[in-house]
Amino acid sequence: MGTLPEPFAAWFTRRGWALRSFQAAMLDAARANDSALLIAPTGGGKTLAGFLPTLIDLATHPMEGLHTLYVSPLKALATDIARNLTAPIDDMALPISIETRTGDTPANRRKRQKEAPPNILLTTPESLALLLSHDTADDLFRTLRAVVIDEVHALAGTKRGDQLALCLARLTKLAPQARRAGLSATVAHTQALLDYVGTGTPPRLIEQPQGTPPTLSILLPEARLPWSGHMGLNAASAVLDRIAAHQMTIVFVNTRAQGELMFQAIWKINADTLPIAIHHGSLDIGQRRKVEAAMADGKLRAVIATSSLDLGIDWGGVDQVIQVGAPKGVSRLIQRVGRANHRMDEASTALLVPANRFELLECEAAIEGVAAGDQDGAAPPPGGLDVLAQHLLLMAAAHPFHPDAMFEEVRRAAPYAAITRQDFDDVLGFVEDGGYALAAYDRYRKLFRDSEDHVQVANARVARQARMNIGTIVEAPLLKVRYGGRGGSLGEIEESFVSMMSPGDTFMFAGRLLSYQRLRETTVEVTDGGTGQPMVPAYAGSRYPLTTSLATRVRAMLHDPATWSHYPEPVRDWLELQRRRSELPGEDDLLVEVFPRNGRWYTVAYCFEGRNAHQTLGMLLTRRMERAGVNPLGFVATDYVIAVWSAEEPQDIPALFEQDMLGDDLEAWMAESSMLRRTFRNVAVIAGLIDRNQPGAERSRRQVTVNTDLVYDVLRRHQPDHVLLRATRADASGGLTDLGRLAAMLGRVAGKVRAVRLDRVSPLAVPVLLDIGRETIRTEGGEDAMLAETEALVAEATGDAPTSTRPMYVHAVHRSNLAILQRKPRTAGEAQAQAPARARSARARSRAPSRRA
Amino acid sequence: MTAAPIHLAGHRLLLDPLGAVVWPGEHLVAVADLHLEKGTAAARRGQLVPPWDTAHTLDRLARLLHAWRPRTVVALGDTFHDTHGPTRMSPHDAARLRAMADQVRFVWVSGNHDPVATHGLPGLATLEWTHHGLTFRHEARFGAEAELCGHHHPKAAVPTRAGRVSRPCFVTDAHRVMLPAMGAFTGGLDVTHPAIARLFPRGGRAFLLGQGRLFSFPLSVLARGAAA
Repeated sequence: MGTLPEPFAAWFTRRGWALRSFQAAMLDAARANDSALLIAPTGGGKTLAGFLPTLIDLATHPMEGLHTLYVSPLKALATDIARNLTAPIDDMALPISIETRTGDTPANRRKRQKEAPPNILLTTPESLALLLSHDTADDLFRTLRAVVIDEVHALAGTKRGDQLALCLARLTKLAPQARRAGLSATVAHTQALLDYVGTGTPPRLIEQPQGTPPTLSILLPEARLPWSGHMGLNAASAVLDRIAAHQMTIVFVNTRAQGELMFQAIWKINADTLPIAIHHGSLDIGQRRKVEAAMADGKLRAVIATSSLDLGIDWGGVDQVIQVGAPKGVSRLIQRVGRANHRMDEASTALLVPANRFELLECEAAIEGVAAGDQDGAAPPPGGLDVLAQHLLLMAAAHPFHPDAMFEEVRRAAPYAAITRQDFDDVLGFVEDGGYALAAYDRYRKLFRDSEDHVQVANARVARQARMNIGTIVEAPLLKVRYGGRGGSLGEIEESFVSMMSPGDTFMFAGRLLSYQRLRETTVEVTDGGTGQPMVPAYAGSRYPLTTSLATRVRAMLHDPATWSHYPEPVRDWLELQRRRSELPGEDDLLVEVFPRNGRWYTVAYCFEGRNAHQTLGMLLTRRMERAGVNPLGFVATDYVIAVWSAEEPQDIPALFEQDMLGDDLEAWMAESSMLRRTFRNVAVIAGLIDRNQPGAERSRRQVTVNTDLVYDVLRRHQPDHVLLRATRADASGGLTDLGRLAAMLGRVAGKVRAVRLDRVSPLAVPVLLDIGRETIRTEGGEDAMLAETEALVAEATGDAPTSTRPMYVHAVHRSNLAILQRKPRTAGEAQAQAPARARSARARSRAPSRRA
Repeated sequence: MTAAPIHLAGHRLLLDPLGAVVWPGEHLVAVADLHLEKGTAAARRGQLVPPWDTAHTLDRLARLLHAWRPRTVVALGDTFHDTHGPTRMSPHDAARLRAMADQVRFVWVSGNHDPVATHGLPGLATLEWTHHGLTFRHEARFGAEAELCGHHHPKAAVPTRAGRVSRPCFVTDAHRVMLPAMGAFTGGLDVTHPAIARLFPRGGRAFLLGQGRLFSFPLSVLARGAAA
């Protein structure tokens, strides 16, 4: 086992520390120059374990030039760790230089770093990619001995992770002697992380078991647990009581909108004005840093946070974590709970606050899952071809390369270990000249090949353009929010939300009630206050679906009444009633209820496969029911069930759920869905098909940018197997549609579909019926239906004669939604009690035209 | 396909959901902003977008010619994305456009992207063109009485229950019809942008393009397009 040399041993002793076994194991690995993956709970010296070998090596063998490269997903983490490392370096007077390099690093410091590199450089995947795109990378990395990759679990499986993996593969070329050290939280797919860190050579696995298991319990609102809704706002006073009883609490919520609402709800009753702040990814970076600093100084009693606090700096003072809303996954819950009490020998305490009855079951399942040591979450998908395209162009900008050698190099990156030569060549072809079947762009090619087939960029402009477009995060168009006059920035909201507002409208943001004044260039000007029902900005893609392992546990609990005894009474009664009136979902079958209500037929399937998979299933079911002549009118998907309603009674239920629905129907639906267009937009930007929007250049760019939706249409028609369309479909089927889960579910329940016909709605079906009207589905045809519906409403409201006397066209699926829309709005009180923010702002929107007219 | 009838200076016109104005009485079809060869123009700047935009746009033009059998086609300027566009056309696309121009009379109004007609196609090349009191020009003139124009690529966003739906559109009032761009890769400018809004000081209507039909809204109810 590794031991500490002087002056480190003395330094440890002075601080009252002992070398932990995993730190010693990391030292051992480094002395053998082996790569290693350390899996350990947050805190407790994990980061130090990554750096200790470097510090010792540099203390004993001082050198000029770069020794260790540290890569983290968060800029803030790089800065924070630079600060933390300065302490031991100064204390022991070690001859070690250390610097950060991120997007914020000023140009003169970048230049200096190239000429005289520090011993330790702390950076992000994007900045590393930029460094590697210059021919100076050879010199810079020649002396490299170690790469420390922090938060590996948060990078592997994402596009940023793909980019970093490709950069690590490049480093194996530039600095074959450098070892890699990965730091990670516990995850389900350890092997995938080992491969990721290994980059072609298997690393050592060093595991530090979780400390004392956390103490988890459920906190119920004082009022009854609602049937439906996901905000959990009626638990605000219970949450506030628990905040008051502890020193410092993190209240985790699932979405930014939920965070804003919970913050308002708590402050409304915060009579003792406990210092409570809000933290999420859309808030101004300066505001977030202030909140983090206040936490570090112990000035806050609580912070309400989204996943923006899942990663990052340790706060010793946090002694309680409260999760409001369903945890959605066991691993995620453990990581969140681990944010409290960063001492391994003490149990963290955490409270789960379910927002509805199904969520109560989910919370119980999550507690069981934690106790059983479950880990869940999807395995990392194969690397994105769009990211590879970006990387290949950057590599060609640095140096000419031979495709055969580059193919070998790329396959060392774990996400691309299985890429075929065909895919690689297609991606390279795309970078070269667009890769179109029509050889139209020969004279505009970006890459040239010399007589020996070496590939290089055509000119300096191509290289410059490539560097401008680095990165794999493509934001939706965002607008800054700031107070009118010369107020500071509060953060950013999506453009599509702003376009729904009129001056004077009230919305919740950054924990404030704001009144929208006007839009100026790309800035939203606001004032404090405002009246009327506030809207809450929603952000695309901010919801996580239920994991498979939690779903399995929930199914098992429902199936086994013996486990019900410790549920609160209303939930027990609810399940009991379901057992009498209908049936309970089985452990591995599929319960489908069919019942009439208000002249329609409802088909409710208890799949438990998560919202994304259910959305996809809903589209496919309605297509199939349409063909069966059942005349479907609409559907709604939750994490637990899918409900479809139709004009006629559906007959052969098992046939509806046959596996072959994933064939032609799926192709047809995917092609026309707006979701695929959105995915294509991201792929096109990452792959470098169109330039990334540069801030400040908006105005002049309007003339030259090419609309990606239009590009998508043209490409789909003329070359449906183009590599970018393949990349788009792969992206969509992995995340947004969860095709894998859907396929597995349909396979599992084949021959085991249990159809139950009832004469009225079943107790378990009530929650999903309450969700109806909140969900909408976008396709080209669906959009036309929405336009038609709005056109008719506006014409009616403004007293205009419609421009045409032809009967109004409304797509069948939306006809029933139209009826809901035209119903009188509920009173404000009811709406507040039941409707989530999204539904409320949707109603406000649909009223907007008549109000303004 | 259902075209919407409107009246301009006493003449009955039809708005075709493909984005063209049809003047049945004169057997005339007007289109705007074809922006042919925008794809190759982007490629020159290093954005290798798919090369089929010209073919795509010519398909639309062919559908219009087939559906309405016009004697005259007026192209309201910016027919090519830039003055070198014609030289970058593929031989196949060039032959196709040539065949169309041989078949019907074309009036090539010049635009800001193609101020001089360099394509050498048959037809009348002109700065603007007036016919029975209606003036066809590229860029609208403030206060004009009876005008058909293009240039701004109007589009409009409608707040619906399912969120904002944005489409290219016609903009009309008693004096003017502004046509959407027909080019395959042409984006748009929101009708609430001052450049368009000031041309319709007393309001007007937007006709959004749909699949086989148009959707009509008073300009006053349309959502701001923000930084479109």
